[in-house]
Formats: sequence, C-alpha cells, structure tokens
Amino acid sequence: MARFDKIKELRVEHITKRFPGVLASDDISLTVGEHQILALVGENGAGKTTLMNMIMGLYQPDEGKIFINGEEVSLKTPNDAFDCGIGMVHQQYMLVPNMTVLENIALGMKKSWKGIKVDLAMVRKQIEEISGKYGLAVDPDAFIWQLAVGEQQRVELVKTLCLGAKFLILDEPTSALTPQETDELIALLKSMSSELSIIFISHKLNEVKALSDRVSILRHGKVVFEGSTADYTSKQIAALMTGHEVEVNANTDEPSKGEDSLVIKDLCVRSDRGFLALDNFNLSIRSGEIVGLAGVSGNGQRELAEAINGIRKVESGTITFQGKQIQNLTPGQVIATGMGYIPEERNTEGIVPSMSIKENIILKDSESDTFSKNHILKNGVIEDTAGRLRTEFDIRCPGIHTAAGSLSGGNIQKVILAREISRKPKFLVCVYPIRGLDMGAAEFIHMELLKLRKSGVGILLISEELEEIMNLSDRIAVIFKGKNQKVLSRDEATTEKLGILMAGVKEDE
Amino acid sequence: MNNYKLVYKIAVVAVAVLIALLVGAAIIIAVGGDVFATYWIIISMPFKNFRSLSEVLIRMIPLLIVALGIAVSSRSGIINIGAEGQMYMGIIAATAIATNCGSLPKIIVVPMCIIAGGIAGGLYGFIPGWLKAKLEVSELLSTVMLNYVATQFFNFCIRVPLLDPMEKSGTPMSRRVAENATLSRLFRGSSLHQGIFLAIILVVVIYILLFKTTWGYKMRAAGASERAARYGGINVSKYLIISMVISGACAGMAGAVELMGVQGRAVAGMTGGYGFSGVVVALFGALHPLWIVPASFFFGILLYSQVNLQILTSVPPNLVKALQGLIILIIVAVQMVINNPYSIERFRKRFFAGREMKKTEKEA
Repeated sequence: MARFDKIKELRVEHITKRFPGVLASDDISLTVGEHQILALVGENGAGKTTLMNMIMGLYQPDEGKIFINGEEVSLKTPNDAFDCGIGMVHQQYMLVPNMTVLENIALGMKKSWKGIKVDLAMVRKQIEEISGKYGLAVDPDAFIWQLAVGEQQRVELVKTLCLGAKFLILDEPTSALTPQETDELIALLKSMSSELSIIFISHKLNEVKALSDRVSILRHGKVVFEGSTADYTSKQIAALMTGHEVEVNANTDEPSKGEDSLVIKDLCVRSDRGFLALDNFNLSIRSGEIVGLAGVSGNGQRELAEAINGIRKVESGTITFQGKQIQNLTPGQVIATGMGYIPEERNTEGIVPSMSIKENIILKDSESDTFSKNHILKNGVIEDTAGRLRTEFDIRCPGIHTAAGSLSGGNIQKVILAREISRKPKFLVCVYPIRGLDMGAAEFIHMELLKLRKSGVGILLISEELEEIMNLSDRIAVIFKGKNQKVLSRDEATTEKLGILMAGVKEDE
Repeated sequence: MNNYKLVYKIAVVAVAVLIALLVGAAIIIAVGGDVFATYWIIISMPFKNFRSLSEVLIRMIPLLIVALGIAVSSRSGIINIGAEGQMYMGIIAATAIATNCGSLPKIIVVPMCIIAGGIAGGLYGFIPGWLKAKLEVSELLSTVMLNYVATQFFNFCIRVPLLDPMEKSGTPMSRRVAENATLSRLFRGSSLHQGIFLAIILVVVIYILLFKTTWGYKMRAAGASERAARYGGINVSKYLIISMVISGACAGMAGAVELMGVQGRAVAGMTGGYGFSGVVVALFGALHPLWIVPASFFFGILLYSQVNLQILTSVPPNLVKALQGLIILIIVAVQMVINNPYSIERFRKRFFAGREMKKTEKEA
C-alpha cells in the first residue's frame, strides 16, 4: 500500500552520481511542490535521465538524499518508488504489442494477481475510474498494435496512474508525437496538474513554456539555472541551456531561380502493407532550393524518400533527376547520379552501427578511386578523410575507430551528414533531420543545410516540425494521404494554414 | 582500453574456463574416471613429442580451413551449417580427379584436385546462398537439408561410380588416390602433410579479403546491417551469394585436403564432423581469421585427446564431445557477460572504486 496519501513535496538534496569517466550528476538539489509542473531541460547527455532514474530507484546515488514530504526515503528498486507514489513514463513505451490495453495494465498491477488468476474485472474498473477522473480515454479491449503512438502514450499514463502514482515523471513525452497529439497531451497534463505533481523532461522549449510552472536547466550534470518559467523567454532559456546565444538559422534569401532539379510526376508507390502510400504525387524542386514537405508522419513521407532513392519499387509515374528518369533504379545507381539521402532511421539505416566511424564514412564510396584501388582499400586516405571530417563536422567521439552505433543521436547524425555532404551531392533528400536531437546539434545541422543550399544543391526537407520547415524552406508542400495538398511559398505559409492542410482540408473547400 | 576493463575480461575468461573444467570433472567422476589423469592426458599428450603434435596439426588443418569459410559467411550475415555437405561434395570432385589423373605431373594434379574440391563445395554453397538471397529461404533449413542430400550422394558415389573394383572386403570405398595426387608428408615419422601450407595461405587470403578489400568491406557491411548496406548502394543479395560460395569453397577444399593428405581414399563418414566443429571453431575464434588459428589448434587438441583417452583410460572418448558442448555453452554465456556494461560497472565499483577515489583526491 502506498506510503504517502499525498505527495506535498519531493526534494532531492546534493545528489551525486558517477559513471566511469563521467560525473553524471554533480551535487544536484531540486524541489517540486504539490500540483507543480517542473520542466527539466538540458542537452543530450546533460544527466536528465540519470537523475530521474535515481528518483525511480533504477540507480542509486553515490551521495545525497531524497525526501518526500520532508521524510527521507530510500529508493532501492522501482517498487520502492511505486510504493511512494512515484511513477514514470519512459521515452520508449513499455507495452506488449500483442496484448490488450487491459492485459498490459494488469501486467504491472500486483494487487490484481490472485494466485494463478488475474482479477481483470477489478483492473477494468480501475481503468474506467482513472480515465473518467483525468479525461484519459482508452479502450481497454484494443490491442496495443492497433493504437497510434499518441494513444499508446495514454495507455502508459493510465497504467502509471493505476499503479497509484501521485507524482509523474515523463521522459521526453512528445518526442514521438505529431504536433496535434502534442497539443492534446499538453492540455491534458495541464488539467492533470490539479491532482498531481509532474516532472517532465524535454528539450523543446515551446512545450516547456506552454506547460511548466518552473524550469530547471541541467548542463554537464549540474543544475545551472532554476526559475519560474513565466519570467523567461524561450530564447533566454535556450541560451542558458546551451551556454551560448542560440542563433535561429533561417533562410531569408531570395527564392532560387535555378532549373528544375528533381521532378516527381504522378508517382504511385505501395507501402509495406500493400496500400497506395503515394497516390499520384507531384512535386518539383529546383537546384539551390529547399522545399519543405510538411505532414503528419505516416502519410507517405517514408515511401517518397525510399522511392526517390531506389529502395522502394515505383508502381507508376516518373521521377526525373537532372533530366534523367531514375525511378526503379537500384540504390547504387541512384547514388551514382549524385543523390544524397539522410534517412529517417539514422541508427539502423544511415549507419552500420557495429562498424567504426571511419568505415561508415566510406559506406557509399568504397569502390571510388579516392578510397580504393583494384579493390584494395586505401586505409591511409580513409583515415585521413575520417579524421578531417571529424573535426570539420565536430563529431564528438573517442576516435575514428569507435563503433558508430555507440555515439549519441546527434553525433550519429553528424557522421551521416559528413558522409553525405562530403560526397558533394547534386541533391539531398533529408528526412526528419533533427528528430530527437538537442538544440546544439540541430542548430549545426540546419546551418549545414543552408550552406548546401547556397552552393546550389536542391534539398527536399521532410519534417513534422513546422518551425523547422518554415525557417528553412523556400517553398512548402503539404502531404496528406499520399497526395500533395498544395505548395505554398515561404511568405504565404503560416502555422494555421499548414495545420489545416496537414489535417487533410483543402483551403478552397 | 582501461585497466579495469582488461582485468575484467581476463577474469571472466578465467572463470569460464574454471567452470568448464569443474563441470567436466563432475562428468568424469560420474563415469568413474580419474579427473586429474584425464585432464593431464588431454593437455600433455599433444606435446609429448613431435609425432603427437603432428596428430593435433593434421586435425587442425581441415578445422581451420572450414572455419575460415564460416567466418566469411557469418560476417556476411548467413550462418553456414552446411559445411559438412560442402566437404563431401568437394571430396567427390577431388576423388574423381585424384583417382583418374595420376599420369599428370604432381605439380599440376595436386592443385587441380584442390581447385576441383573448392569448385564443387562452392557450387554446393551457392544453392543455399541463392535460395536465401532470392527467395528468403532460411539458411538453417536449407543447409541442414542439403547436408543429408550430400551425405547420401557421397555414399552412392563410393558404392557405384567411384567404387574401387579391387576392393573385395565389402566396405564401400573409392580407389586410392594416385601417388601424384597425394599431399606429401613433410617429415619422416610424422603425419604432418603439405596441406598445412594451404591452410596458412588461406588464413592470409581470407584476412586480406575481409579487412583490406572493398569486397570484404561490403560483405561485412551487408552482414552487420542489411538495411544500411542497401541504403549505401551495396547489392546485398550478390554479396550474400558470393560469401556462401567462398564458404562452400573453403569446406570443399578442406575435404580435398583431408582426402589427399590423411585418408588417401574416399570412405564413408570421412568428414569426421569437421563441418560442424568448424562452426564452433569460427565462433570460438570470434570470426576473425587470425584468432581462428589458435581456436582450431585448441579444438585439434580436443579431437586428438579422444584417441588417447580410448587407449590410456577407461573414460569414454565421447567425454570430449561433452566437453566441446560445454565450451560452446560457455562461449555464448561469456559473450553475454563480457561486454555487458552493467557487469563491468559493478566489477569496477567493487574492486577499483577505492583506488580511483584516492587518485581523484590526489589530483584535486
């Protein structure tokens, strides 16, 4: 049974945690009061998740104490944290896809286990109670695999609340959500704060502004700033987070007058599940131009990127690149035409995770005269190139022999970017380039994309982040159910207009 | 590498070996053997004299060649457990030439036999490779099934087309290979034959292929992440098939070497399970051509000890097979533990934390 009826205050004092070679938490003190929402922000690797894992009993601090309502608690396992009424929703959802919502929630609820039987009726009652109380609609009999990501997250919330959580920790809750789902979640959490206290980890500052009462900024394991959110602008918080003024990289140049570089005409492509993911899709992009493709993910973006790059079969229609048709060429042939591609799945597709940075740099060019002769690799040249790109692109790693998969997301993206840009592409397809990256890395990547545009390369920028698209693009297209809704110029586009188009409504209707 | 990590790895391997020895000891006691005597025979006999060391080496040669091929295919993302069948196919081809072309000079006929063995094994490796690349047939299924086919085809061959007409005892076997087609022994009084040169050459060739050429690079990329390799413009199917052909060719050559250097004629069961042990050797050698050399030597010792145990003790020689099985299990377990960051961290905390703290204090 829960140890505390109410959590009036959670306080951590002087918490220090060391990992080999890293001081993950350095004398951290924080306080969260009743009905408060604390935003914990910081770049990747600042120690946010480590701190939360200590509150959840997954790690033990080397030094320091945790207090609830002024009473010292010792949290040795996640069960201790549950008993105190603390619950956490992780970044990766912990749900069994082929079980129902009801079964998933019963899975963690020890009090529903009656010998060899599970008291599902009791669990169902509790779910109804919780969803009624907080306005969290879930269908207990739906299977997890049937649910969209946003719905799965609601299930995670209900699960945590059913376990009796009175204090919620949310680790980057919006990282996998669409803009609409994000807005819903923020409204929901705001209303829930009348019952609960919440710590939420994020590096999206507009969410921090919209949701939190207080904000704490971590950098290199230290709290470098604490304050009331309302007193600071996003820009000030961003500067405190990165330690320097953050420049928003915006494309303010005249729209490109270059020739058409990539022309997509009446393209039809099937998804893995067999339906038409692209349905007579049309779009053309000039050289020296960034065209942003906005849309809720799952509307054909992945299939478009794969079709252009020869990874997915084209059913009908044409893709013309620099005057030549490239549909249904092999990936190798498309690469040879000068196409660059930053894929959505950077960890599994953009790099070979178990190979070194050096080996990943030559992924597309092992047979080029630069890197090999008569099929024998030129190790010296490869090492020099990798070393040079490491400095040029500020890839933070122990060395070029480090396995690429062991790097952080931002550095993996820099490896991919270094490879793609150093190949001097004539065109670049760029899919969700900053998803999950911290501001420093995102800023760097945007800067590089703008540089590339200036040098006359056409870029197709597929993204869900409207802010990113509106800052960088010359023109903006909106994809919905595999069709190009409309193409707007940079000046015409507003968040509202794009939002409406993304939802599938045409303006003139 | 950090100090404590190296200590950790050595400690894990030491513990693993100890566990293998202890469980092995339990089995020896259970069958009524003398633990120390048995282990002493296994460890000391190979080094008694040059003749016994040669016995280890001639077992090591086919193991090494098969394992090199397994390393190529495994690194390319396909697990070849069909080496046994590919060996048989290699033996059939090599026998056909070695028994019929004895009139040619040795310098021609020996390479011809080995190459024929390689081609036959390679073609037989091509089948599961093609099936996987084009039709996504699991190689576990196809290679095991093709082993049965090859074994029976071999049994047919030594009974009908390759049967020795002079053989009256009723044991099906081929004619002896021609004198000009044998791999000569290197020293008087030792069974070590010229096949060891082929093994050494192949170690170097496979090492260069895997790590120094663009082909090896692409094979490794395709094996490590098919998706990323495809993204990078690598023709994954092509390299999958090539790797299986190389793997099969190695097994086929190992068969030819066993025929020409040891057995002298094709007889039933002559692969001696090298095709399967080769998989273990390759894994034990971390799929690296250079590490596979000591790994195959170690397994050569184990195989040779079967002979000695039979002669010198009452312990059944199959005990060695049980030990092999234990070693496989322990390798798998060790691989789980040895790179687990949490265990490393716990180890550091327990044995190294105090020392580090003192160091930081000093620095401060």
